[in-house]
Amino acid sequence: MLRRIGARQAPAKAQAPAFDESYYLASQWQLMWRKFRRHRLAIGSLLVIIVLYSMALFAEFYAINDYQKRHVAFAKSPPHTIYFVDEGGNFSLRPFIYQMKQTLDMDTLQRNYSEVRDKKYLIHFFVRGEPYKILGLLESNIHLMGVEAPGVFFPFGTDDLGRDLYSRTMHAARISLSIGFLGVIISFVLGCLFGGISGYFGGAVDVAIQRLIEFLISIPSIPLIIALAAALPAEWSSTQVYFGITLVLATVGWTALARAVRGKLLELREADFVMAARISNMGDLDIIIKHLLPSFASFLIVMLSLAVPGMILAETALSFLQIGIRPPAVSWGVLLQDAQNIRSLSQSPWFLIPGLFVILTVLAFNFLGDGLRDAADPYKQ
Amino acid sequence: MRSYVLQRLVYMIFLLWLVTIVTFIVIQLPPGDYLSSYLSRLEQAGEQLSDEQVANLRRQYGLDLPIYARYFRWFGQVLQGEFGYSFDWKQPVRDIIGERLVLTFSIAILTAIFTYAVAIPIGIYSAARQYSVGDYFFSFIGFIGLSIPNFMLALILLYVAWAQYDQNLTGLFSQEFQGAPWSWAKLGDLAKHLPIPIIVVGTSGTAGLIRVMRGTLLDELNKQYVITARSKGVGEVKLLFKYPVRVALNPIISSLAWLFPSLISGGTITAYVLGLPTAGPMLLRSLLTQDTFLTASLLMFVTILTVIGTTVSDILLVVVDPRIRMERAAS
Repeated sequence: MLRRIGARQAPAKAQAPAFDESYYLASQWQLMWRKFRRHRLAIGSLLVIIVLYSMALFAEFYAINDYQKRHVAFAKSPPHTIYFVDEGGNFSLRPFIYQMKQTLDMDTLQRNYSEVRDKKYLIHFFVRGEPYKILGLLESNIHLMGVEAPGVFFPFGTDDLGRDLYSRTMHAARISLSIGFLGVIISFVLGCLFGGISGYFGGAVDVAIQRLIEFLISIPSIPLIIALAAALPAEWSSTQVYFGITLVLATVGWTALARAVRGKLLELREADFVMAARISNMGDLDIIIKHLLPSFASFLIVMLSLAVPGMILAETALSFLQIGIRPPAVSWGVLLQDAQNIRSLSQSPWFLIPGLFVILTVLAFNFLGDGLRDAADPYKQ
Repeated sequence: MRSYVLQRLVYMIFLLWLVTIVTFIVIQLPPGDYLSSYLSRLEQAGEQLSDEQVANLRRQYGLDLPIYARYFRWFGQVLQGEFGYSFDWKQPVRDIIGERLVLTFSIAILTAIFTYAVAIPIGIYSAARQYSVGDYFFSFIGFIGLSIPNFMLALILLYVAWAQYDQNLTGLFSQEFQGAPWSWAKLGDLAKHLPIPIIVVGTSGTAGLIRVMRGTLLDELNKQYVITARSKGVGEVKLLFKYPVRVALNPIISSLAWLFPSLISGGTITAYVLGLPTAGPMLLRSLLTQDTFLTASLLMFVTILTVIGTTVSDILLVVVDPRIRMERAAS
C-alpha cells in the first residue's frame, strides 16, 4: 500500500522550534542568513563560486605555465598523473610527477606519450616563477604550484599546439565567468526598467510591453543569439567582441527578468503588509524603502543568481560554435572548440576538461539560487 | 471558447508577420552582404571580377535595392510559397529546407513527448515520496541535467559510445542511407540514430519539468482539501490522482510554451555537434556566408514552429483549466 502522502511533514509542523530571544529581534536579512546557513549545499556552492571567481581574478597565480606558450615537444600530451608512491614503493607526502616522453608512431603518425620513470619531479606549492601583475597592479611571481625546471607540469594535458590546458582553463575563467555577471547586470537593468514600467503604470503600456516580451520569448533564443553574434564585425578586437557578445546575450535574456519583476511588483502592490502600512498612514516613499525594497531585493538576488548560469551556458555555446569569443582570447567555450569532433575526442578526451568547469559553475549557481530562494521565502521555517 | 481560439489564431498570424520583419532586419545587421563576402573569397582565390560583372551580380541578386524593397520582394515571394534563392547552395530555398525542417520539427516533437513521458511520472513519484532515496536520486540527476550544456552531453555520449562500444553515433542516417529515397529500411535506420539527439536535447527540459511538477504537487498535497479528503477515508492513490495531480499538471501544460522554443534552441547546437541534417547547422552556415534568403527563411520557419507551439499550449490550458476558462469568459 502507498504510504500516507505528505505524512512526513506533519510532525515537523507540530513541534514548533524553540527560538531564543535573538530570533525575534533579528532583522529580515539576519533571518535570511540564518536560514541560508542551514542549507549546506548552498553554502558549499557559495564556496565553490568564490573559488571559481578567485580563479578569474587571480588567473596568473593559479596558472602554472604561460597560457599562450607552446611547448612544442609536448603537443597533445595527456594530463600528468600525480603520484604519492614511487617505483620503489617509497611514500612521499609531497606529490610528484614523472616526466613524459613523446614517441611518434610512424604508421599512424600519432603522438604517444610514456612516463620516464627515472625523471621524478616534486610538485611544490607557492613557488616563484614567471613574474606577473596581480589585478594588473601589484608585481608578483608567486604561483600556486609548479615543478622545478627543466620539468614541466600539465595537470590537464596540452592542446594541439602544446599549450598548457590547465593554465588556459584558469585564464578562460576570466571571460566565461565575467560575461555571465556582466550580461546579467545589463539584462537586469533592462528587465527592471521594462518590468518596472509595466508593473507600475499598468494599462496600455503594460499590455504593449507584455506583448513585446511575449514576442521576444517566442523567438527561439539560440538561433537569434547566433544570428546577432554572427553580425559582429570580423575586424573587431577581442575586447569589442567581448562586450558585443555580452550585449547580445543581455538583449535576448532580459525578457524573463522583466516578466518576473512585473509579476512580483503586482503581487507586492496588493500584499497585506503594504495595505497595512498604508492604513497606518505610512508615506509612499517609506513604504517603498522600508517594505517594498527589502522584499524585492531578496527576490532579485535569487533571480539574478539563477540567471547567471544561463548566460554562461550561452557564451560557452557561442564560443564553441566559433561565433563567440575569438582566439587568442580564451573562454571555456573557446577551449572546447578543440573537442568538436569525435576523432580529436577519441584521441585526447582531456580536451573536455574545461567543460567540467562549466558544469561545476552552473551547478553551483543553481544550488546557490535554490538555497537563496528558500532563505528569502519568509513563509518557510 | 471559440472566440478565444479565434482571437489567439489572429494574434498568432500577426506575430508571424512580425517574425518575418524581425528576421529580415536581424540578417541585414552584419556589415556587407553575400556578394561582398563572395567577392573577397574569389579575391583570395586569385580571381577578379570586373566592375560591370559585379554590378550585374548585384542586380541579379537584388542587392542594389534598399532594405524595405528587398523585404517586400521577399515577403511577396513568401506569400506565394517561394522563399527566394540561396546564393550559397545555388538552389531555390524551398527545395533545400523542406526535409531539414521536417526532421527538426520531428525531433522537437519526439523530444517533447520524451520529456513529458519521463518528467511527469518522476515528478509525481518525487512529490509523493518526498525525501525518499528515489527523490534524492532524481533531484540529483535533475540538477546535473540542468547544469550540463547540451553540446557537452552530446560530446560525452559520443565519446563514451566511441570508447566503450566503438560506435560512431553522429548523424541521423547510416552511410548507405544518406541521400537515399525514403523507405522502411531508411526509417528503421533513422529510429536507431534518434535516441541520442532526443536524450541530449531533452535532458535539461526534463530536469526542469520534474522540478516544476514536484514543486506544484507538493504545494497541492499540503492543502486543506487533501487533508479533508484523507480524513474522510479516501484511498491514497485516488487522493493523489483525483485532484492534486490534475492541478499540478497546469504549469506543465503552460510549460509547453517555453519548452518548444528551448527544444529548437537546444537542438541547434546539438545538431551541430552530432552532425544532424536539421535546420541548425544549415542556419549557422548560412549566417556565416550571409546567405540572406536562406537565413531569413530558416529563422522564420523555426520561429513559426515555436509560435504555433505557444498558441497550442495557450489553447490547451484553457481547455484543461476551468478557472482560466471562467476568467476569460468574465473579461
